[in-house]
Amino acid sequence: MRLEAINLGFRYSAQSPDILKALSFQVKAGERVGVVAPSGYGKTTLVKLLAGYEAPTDGRVLLDGAPLPQKGASPVQLIGQHPEQAINPRWKMRQVLAEAGQLDTPLLSELGIEPAWLERFPRELSGGELQRFCVARALYAGARFVIADEMSTMLDAITQAQVWRCLLAESERRDLGLVAVTHNPALAERVCTRVVDLREINHVAG
Amino acid sequence: MDSPIVIDRPRRGVNRRLQTMITCIVLLMVAAGILLSGEWIPSDAVTPDFSRKGLSPSLEYPFGTDWLGRDMLLRTLKGLALSLKVGTIASMVSAVLATLIGAAAATGSKWLDAAINWLIDLVMGIPHLVLLILISFACGRGLTGLVIGIAVTHWTSLARLVRAEVLQIRSQPYIMVSRRLGHSTGWILLRHILPHILPQFVVGLVLMFPHAILHEASLSFLGYGLPPDEPAIGIILSESMRYLTGGMWWLAFFPGLALVLLVLLFDRLGENLRMLLDPASAHE
Repeated sequence: MRLEAINLGFRYSAQSPDILKALSFQVKAGERVGVVAPSGYGKTTLVKLLAGYEAPTDGRVLLDGAPLPQKGASPVQLIGQHPEQAINPRWKMRQVLAEAGQLDTPLLSELGIEPAWLERFPRELSGGELQRFCVARALYAGARFVIADEMSTMLDAITQAQVWRCLLAESERRDLGLVAVTHNPALAERVCTRVVDLREINHVAG
Repeated sequence: MDSPIVIDRPRRGVNRRLQTMITCIVLLMVAAGILLSGEWIPSDAVTPDFSRKGLSPSLEYPFGTDWLGRDMLLRTLKGLALSLKVGTIASMVSAVLATLIGAAAATGSKWLDAAINWLIDLVMGIPHLVLLILISFACGRGLTGLVIGIAVTHWTSLARLVRAEVLQIRSQPYIMVSRRLGHSTGWILLRHILPHILPQFVVGLVLMFPHAILHEASLSFLGYGLPPDEPAIGIILSESMRYLTGGMWWLAFFPGLALVLLVLLFDRLGENLRMLLDPASAHE
């Protein structure tokens, strides 16, 4: 399987400046690509387009040569930077996992999710604990590509290692494609098979 | 300072959630009791009896009797039950209407949103009482006209609130996550958005309730609402105004107090329900 962006361009409105321009990018199944760039260079915009959260202004995002499915479960899943926004504050964690059909999976213990947490509301868990749920949710049965947008930035070192180890093992096992967006070159070096600098593939003027 | 530190510890076995639930149940039972007592008190219990007119409150007549010798306690109960009925039905209908319209405006097309906003402005622009009188009169005075009138005039501010709330929730990341996990718009509306609206709905309902009762009273006072033989609390109050100068203070005092207590009761009920529904306090 192949997830690719062809000649991608994005701006918020016709008058506003380009955020992405003529950007081409590709991930294959089993590949782990790191995307690095300083703040404000469009990393998050790129992953939003790749995951189908936003529609590109120009160009296309293709999955195996076909556009991303607009309806139904998407094979491309995004793990965001703010787990507390990506989880409904009114839901217990059990519901959050059930939404993705991830209630009975060995993944939960691998991620260090305690069974007692399932009966809690999001505000009764810490950011790191919530992020584990987001990872478990993104790794639902239909996922083929997982995009981690600064997913471990706000985690402590031990949790970071634990979550990444689990994500890597799972993507190995299922031959998932992985895109890791990060500020941290060391992390990108360590986790990815290939690192892309967004400044080199994004052709925004100035 | 050697006073011991006092830790406010709840009684064992009864945590705050349980206490809140018990409070809710008790309040609901009081409301149900008032409603039922209004049904059960036979109307000949409040027929005039001139042998006991104008009695001040006593053990036999705790709320006293009026200028026609009617027992004020029974009249107040009947009046409260009637007000409760009007208030509940009208604010219920109004709140449901508001939620549906508000949600439709937020999720529908731009055109629908604009149309609904225009309608809200229109209804808000007309004084309630004028619209109420028209509707109530057109529906042929009485309970139905009152309920329709109150329901049609009171939904606007709640509808605005619901619209804003739905718009805000729709833009939350977890909605997008849910969509990308393959859930339909209807599913998301039902599971993600509606539970967020529920507290607004409950609070809106509670706030609408006193309005509904007071509007019912003013309409009845003006003669466009309930007929005078039905002892609504508004009618009791407006009638008693004439006898207050004669020193019959209990005619207005007790029914008025009862009305305030009823409104307070609904306020407490709303507050307790909110605590149960809000995740920030649900587990305390």
